[in-house]
Amino acid sequence: MRPGYRFNPLLALCAVFLIVLAFFASLMIPPSAAMTVIHTEKSLYRNIVVYEEDEQRCMSFSRRHETARQTCQSLQDPRQFVFSYTKMMMGALYLNPHPRKILMIGLGGGVLPMALATLFPDARIDVVEIDPAVVKVARRFFGFNPGPQVQVFEDDGRVFVKRAGKSGRRYDLILLDAFDHEYIPEHLLTLEFLFEVKALLSAEGVLAANTFSSSRLYDHESVTYQAAFGVFYNLRVRMKNRVILATMGELPTLETITRNAALLEEHLQPLGFGRDWLAPLFSTKRDWNPDARILTDQYAPSNLLNAAY
Amino acid sequence: MAASVGRTVQDVIWRRLFIFLIAGWSGFLVMAIELLSGRILAPNFGNSIHVWGGVITVFMLALALGYLLGGRWSLHDPSLFRLALILMAGAAAITPVMGFADPVLDWIFDRVQDPRYGSLAAVALLFFIPTTLAGMISPYAVRLLVQDSQLSGHFAGLLYFVSTFGSAAGTLATSFYLVLYFEINQILAGLIGISLTLGLLTLLALFIGNSGNAPRL
Repeated sequence: MRPGYRFNPLLALCAVFLIVLAFFASLMIPPSAAMTVIHTEKSLYRNIVVYEEDEQRCMSFSRRHETARQTCQSLQDPRQFVFSYTKMMMGALYLNPHPRKILMIGLGGGVLPMALATLFPDARIDVVEIDPAVVKVARRFFGFNPGPQVQVFEDDGRVFVKRAGKSGRRYDLILLDAFDHEYIPEHLLTLEFLFEVKALLSAEGVLAANTFSSSRLYDHESVTYQAAFGVFYNLRVRMKNRVILATMGELPTLETITRNAALLEEHLQPLGFGRDWLAPLFSTKRDWNPDARILTDQYAPSNLLNAAY
Repeated sequence: MAASVGRTVQDVIWRRLFIFLIAGWSGFLVMAIELLSGRILAPNFGNSIHVWGGVITVFMLALALGYLLGGRWSLHDPSLFRLALILMAGAAAITPVMGFADPVLDWIFDRVQDPRYGSLAAVALLFFIPTTLAGMISPYAVRLLVQDSQLSGHFAGLLYFVSTFGSAAGTLATSFYLVLYFEINQILAGLIGISLTLGLLTLLALFIGNSGNAPRL
């Protein structure tokens, strides 16, 4: 051995320990034998994986399927909603049970627009999806084959909203589902963007946003929505999902919600949920730090805030 | 060259220090601005891959032109004084972005439907001039460093190293940390402030070097 270098038993022990630990950690990863990948696709923005598991077909944007599932569909009854967040998004109907013009930002597998098109055959639905590959996969593997009442725009959500606002378009219901757990388009989570969305809402208009609840971003996001809309309904299931329901005008009371919930009950049951599950989730309680910094076009490090726990 | 006659070793070291500082900082500046430009464009043109394509294209073209102009200008009476002026002019050319980015972007947004050409036009209008000026610095700095053609490759390599290292630092600092703590305009103001300070310090050093009996820097 060269002088100056001495065998350090403690260091060697640490190294051996780490190697053993890594070996056992790799055993902890559950086997994915029950999962069959049926389609993979590289798009400009991400890798799309379609796979089947436990009688469900899912679209994922990552190899780490469990954490990045975008859409899942029951193979036995494709109408049934699988995710709690999609059910909570439908809670927007409790605030306005008769939307005639609907805008959906972020398509995923197309579960929400398909359900809405069935529920409201006279409504006009605009869908904005940045990634043409997602639209293709939704059509091919998730039965997204809407009639002429649904129009799909392959565009950036922010650009679409800005143009729609300038051309005076209005929507009764806007569904914002453009984020996943790995990446947030930061320009879709700023005060200025929310004001542009708000300007698109009709007098009775409702915004439903699928958002985050597990990181520091929760506080920042909450104060930003509050700055744009004032009080909103905050629907949370466990620590995983949070859906914000905000309105253009005054927020409807819980009585109105109960009334609308009864009205919609028979239509929502075929989707696999109803008011017993959904209505109790409606809350206006502020469970975030009110001093968090508001996200703006000037300050929008959403992905960094989401990563820093 | 006559300019080098009478220079002490210490003068040469000081001179080089300022040249490398300016070159390294200009590398930092360009990448910081490039990253921020994507941010500035996003509200109007989105975050699609073609927006980044437009940003990178314009920055590359501006740098290419800057290299050409910087090399050409170095033929006529090159001096550290002028190098400092280029840096300060580049910083000054960024200033309008702080106040006029939004109206310019809205103006283009209303006229260009295709987000590809809209973003291309927007980056060009806002960032072409400052990036060209920043691009002039490297070849100009090489000219100031090289006194002997045998050493030209050595100095060119050293300068590329410093300025590209600065670019890497600017990229990392901006995307990892600066955007987490500051608003875009605050970062821009900081970048402009540091550029002007560095330019003025260089001028001050030249002034001190020239007054008294010390030989010209």
